[in-house]
Amino acid sequence: MKKKLLALLLLVSLLGAVLSGCGDGSTDRAPEDGQNDTGSTEAAPHANEITVGIAQDLDESLDPHIAVAAGTKEVMFNVFEGLVKPTSTGDLIPAVAEDYTVSEDRRTYTFTLREGVKFHNGDTVTAEDVVYSITRCADTSEGAPLVEAFSVIQAVEAIDARTVAITISEPSNEFISYLTTAILPADYDRQDTAPVGTGPFRFVSRTAQDNIVLERFDEYWGTPAYLDKVTYKIIENADSIMMSLQSGAIDLFAHLTSTQAAQLGSNFHVAEGTMNLVQALYLNNAEKPFDDVRVRQALCYAVDKQGIIDLAFDGYGSPIGSSMYPAFSKYFEEDLANYYTRDVEKAKSLLAEAGYPDGFAMTITVPSNYQPHIETAEVLVEQLKEIGVTAKIELVEWGTWLSDVYAGRQYQSTVVGVDASNMTARALLERFSSTAGNNFINYNNAEYDALFAQALASYDDAEQTALYKQMLENLTANAANVYIQDLADLVAVRNGLEGLNFYPIYVLDLSTVRWAE
Amino acid sequence: MKRMNGYLKAGLVLTGLLAAVIVLGYFWTPYDPTAMAVGPKLDAPSLAHLMGTDNFGRDIFSRVLKGAGTTFAIAVSTVAIGAVCGTAVGAVTGYFGGAADEILMRLNDALTAFPSILLALVIISILGPGKKYNVVLALGLVFIPSFARVTRTAFAALRDVNYVKSVRLMGASRARILVVHILPNTMSVLLPALTIGFNNAVLAEASMSYLGIGATPPDASLGYMLSEAQGMFTMAPWYALGTGLMIVLLVFGVGLIGEGLQRRGNEVA
Repeated sequence: MKKKLLALLLLVSLLGAVLSGCGDGSTDRAPEDGQNDTGSTEAAPHANEITVGIAQDLDESLDPHIAVAAGTKEVMFNVFEGLVKPTSTGDLIPAVAEDYTVSEDRRTYTFTLREGVKFHNGDTVTAEDVVYSITRCADTSEGAPLVEAFSVIQAVEAIDARTVAITISEPSNEFISYLTTAILPADYDRQDTAPVGTGPFRFVSRTAQDNIVLERFDEYWGTPAYLDKVTYKIIENADSIMMSLQSGAIDLFAHLTSTQAAQLGSNFHVAEGTMNLVQALYLNNAEKPFDDVRVRQALCYAVDKQGIIDLAFDGYGSPIGSSMYPAFSKYFEEDLANYYTRDVEKAKSLLAEAGYPDGFAMTITVPSNYQPHIETAEVLVEQLKEIGVTAKIELVEWGTWLSDVYAGRQYQSTVVGVDASNMTARALLERFSSTAGNNFINYNNAEYDALFAQALASYDDAEQTALYKQMLENLTANAANVYIQDLADLVAVRNGLEGLNFYPIYVLDLSTVRWAE
Repeated sequence: MKRMNGYLKAGLVLTGLLAAVIVLGYFWTPYDPTAMAVGPKLDAPSLAHLMGTDNFGRDIFSRVLKGAGTTFAIAVSTVAIGAVCGTAVGAVTGYFGGAADEILMRLNDALTAFPSILLALVIISILGPGKKYNVVLALGLVFIPSFARVTRTAFAALRDVNYVKSVRLMGASRARILVVHILPNTMSVLLPALTIGFNNAVLAEASMSYLGIGATPPDASLGYMLSEAQGMFTMAPWYALGTGLMIVLLVFGVGLIGEGLQRRGNEVA
């Protein structure tokens, strides 16, 4: 009995403690702000190294051909390179290869290797290493090849010590973009624990669940990295991330939420890039009432993209209007984002035309582990209310989402972000052709299918680009989905660090990062 | 007529006030609890917004009123399930004993062996998350053992007292004996168990929502709001405070009633 009273008292006093604690906090803050002039101590010379926080450990195997997690690729981008490598503007530049030519029939690619490219173990890259790396990824003896797109490869030959020819079964405009696949030394079997590549940083050590250490590779063929050493620190708990940033334990952290970014304090600045995701309210086009294009258009007119970005993301994010994100500047059309501007009256009249003058009820299924998508759905519910549509949010586990929504297509609508597995428009657009296995919105449009077939058959880059753009317009005009935004990628960067570049794919390039002089 | 003691009075007044506020919240809140606005995002408490606003510019006070209603409803129905089923199990095992007693109480022990939140998590993952009644079902099930144990003792103690023997001789049916004759006399242990159960249910709902499996947004529930508030504690401490205060008051009020009831029971005995 006394115990219970005690417990109650404890609760109350705890509350008191919280109250007084917060009082203390606000008085502490004032002198802190006044201490800005002590910034000179912060500018004291740094050791030429940084600590980068990452939210999860890497794959068990660090072998770049075997590791699958996006988080692993993000780190290992600094260690490995392919024959070609992507740039921050979305182009491909020669890396291990110096140059390449494509034969008349577009089926043979001949690469000339750059002279004197060294692996981190000191060996020089030879044609034999390239043949080994490509054949390893194209090998079908144990089922699907490691790189799926390599199934078209017929032959890989070393013509001389510096020349490699790759022959494919059918011409493809996109084949070259898969040759970013890492080039590894042929006679080395410890890639999974002590990886060796050709990138600007070399792997030094790894402590599972704790850290990964990289050092600058001094014999790098290109512009060397600025930093001597980079330590990746694994911090899985969201609260510890903020504490580590504030205590100075880490200097850089990517993928912050806008709320976290707002709490960073004066020692950091926020670099804003894009996540390269197509976030949308994806609609099951085969399910009533979304089988009616007028209903889908009504939803598009009801949604205010900028409103969502302002409310749930503190203004960080880029509105989009079709299945393409801005970093893909070759295909991205800014106009499509303004195709539907918020117009409640128009939305209502479209609904009335479609036979729903009083609106309808719908369910938005959202994976419960993605807070940004949940918050977006919350704002959507509010916006849809105004045209008489009552939306209900249903949170499901990620596994359930994958099996029921993505694979099973048993849903009405869902909010998620769809990304591209490689730097091609096809990676984003193929899924909406009526026969695609991953067409989870059941989009079925004859014109779209025809355009896609033409685009695949086209080998003229300009023509193909035009066709892909027409496909994007088709998605917008038919309101396949209610497109919202490409989420912002907010990176906390310690003041004094500069040179961070964002890429249109999920990597964090540290070779250009440096301490300001 | 038993006397009202101070605990009981204070508890009744506090809970009564909160209940009135919650009922009011069903019909009227100062603002629409789900209406969002860009202007007043994460504003500190002011006259316009008594508890400030959250990250969507929603009025926290309105959401606390609404959320307390949700949490209250979940807690009451949870305790109802736990109490009804638990008392039934307790009555059968306590009164009849024997094989039924052994089997049911061992099952009961097995249920108790799991930490309650963990058990509720398992049940929810089987039923599928996202539906409010699943939370109620899961928590209700978790609450059965404690009620069963408390009532079993009472029923076993009363089984062989003289007045029960008499009605048995008079030919009363078993059901009648259990419900009409014994049950009213277990109230002195059942009522405090109910209040304690209610408090545990409020806290359990809070921690379940906190873990992301309770109420679904944008519906307000105290637990869900508290979990949202945690992420912005350094920016908007009032969010956690307003929500936490409501939970503390709810638990404190009903806790006082429980304490009062138990003391009154002791006085009589």
